[in-house]
Amino acid sequence: MLKIHVDMDKCQHYGQCVFEAPDIFKLNDDDKLEYVATADDSRRADIESAVDVCPMQAITIQD
Amino acid sequence: MSKQVVIVGASMGGLRTAEALRNAGYVDGITVIGDESHAPYNRPPLSKEVLAKEVTHEAVAFKQRQQTADVVWKFGSPVVDADLDAKTVTTSDGETFSYDGLVIASGLRPRRLDVPNGNVTGRHTVRSLDDAIGLRSALVPGARVVVAGAGFIGCEVAATARGLGCEVTAVAIDEYPMVRPLGPTFAADLQARHESHDVQFRMRRGIADLEGDGALTGVLLDDGELLPADVLVEAISSHCNTEWLNNTNLDLSNGVLADQALRAVTVDGNSVDGVHVVGDLARFANPLFDDVARRIEHWNIPTETGKRVGPVLNAYLSSEGFAELVAQPFTPMPSFWSDQYDLKIQGFGMPALADEIAIIEGTIGSELVMGYYRTGKLIGVVGIGLTSTLMKLRKELMGDA
Repeated sequence: MLKIHVDMDKCQHYGQCVFEAPDIFKLNDDDKLEYVATADDSRRADIESAVDVCPMQAITIQD
Repeated sequence: MSKQVVIVGASMGGLRTAEALRNAGYVDGITVIGDESHAPYNRPPLSKEVLAKEVTHEAVAFKQRQQTADVVWKFGSPVVDADLDAKTVTTSDGETFSYDGLVIASGLRPRRLDVPNGNVTGRHTVRSLDDAIGLRSALVPGARVVVAGAGFIGCEVAATARGLGCEVTAVAIDEYPMVRPLGPTFAADLQARHESHDVQFRMRRGIADLEGDGALTGVLLDDGELLPADVLVEAISSHCNTEWLNNTNLDLSNGVLADQALRAVTVDGNSVDGVHVVGDLARFANPLFDDVARRIEHWNIPTETGKRVGPVLNAYLSSEGFAELVAQPFTPMPSFWSDQYDLKIQGFGMPALADEIAIIEGTIGSELVMGYYRTGKLIGVVGIGLTSTLMKLRKELMGDA
């Protein structure tokens, strides 16, 4: 399993990660980020893409 | 026989290309050569967080992934020459590297003001981490700061310097700050928001000269006004780092011309297999908009171009599936954002190409989304807040609304 962590002090809720892995990241009704903290290893590529596109570089994956 | 890929440029574009090569299955050698002494790091914080507090390379460095652990990094020695026939590049310290695949990722450097009395201290840029750390030490409360250029970076620096208690004046030849991408209505609104934070503007002005004997004391504008100044930040566009390619026949008329597979293109219009361009330097057409090749200096482009090049270059080097990959169109969505005070500006598409601009949601002076149209078709959106509206419009721009 992959463990996903978003540093909510850095996150500015731009939502770029949502495009890369919508099953993991979403913006709620208040446009604030919510995410699933664990994912199957098969989701690595999309989650790495979400890490890459985050303007604040707030997302990390813990193997 | 083991292959070798040489990536010239050790910033985000070089890093993402190396990762994409590995993700595509390329297992042979990768050498990344950069002119800076630092491993790849994230530049956007340099005009924001790094200036607002003490930040180290560690805080902005990209995390190295397992798949690129065996990449060889050469820091602090720029490539100065390339021979595309012999397939070699040479660094400033005289070392020559042979390649099977070459990635051009050498990026931009800030353009500097050309003024008669330019040899004064107190002049800064904000391209590199070292630049930003140097500027940070000069942004003390009460310092008189002149920002040359009122694009996104200039305005971010102005906002950050105000937050640090500096007196800030921005000088630019345009009518409004950030007007070229955003258009006059939105740009005038943003100028007013900056002015409410006591940033002064001298728009439609150029800088004629600098005052000071040793240390900077003032900035002389082209209308004769003298702005007292301790610090000058030069954020007035960029030069392409392509001099090392001058002995090649590549089209270097603006960055490096590239085809849809991001192969470099010669002055004769021929694509060069095994030679690719990524990042700010890549001048390519984007079928989402039209067939005009443009450079796009947005933060997401090094990543998008690197991910395009990785599989194509791997296919070329392994002679598997190359033609199919090359035939695929390359349609990255230009994405940008800017933090100024508490404003989070986010945009998608190519707003600078618009012939018509209209407010889609919200109001001037508050949260809003502006739509940018060309011949009636939406080609860009920029907003402050209203993220969910922006996200829906981004899908429309992608053509999958």
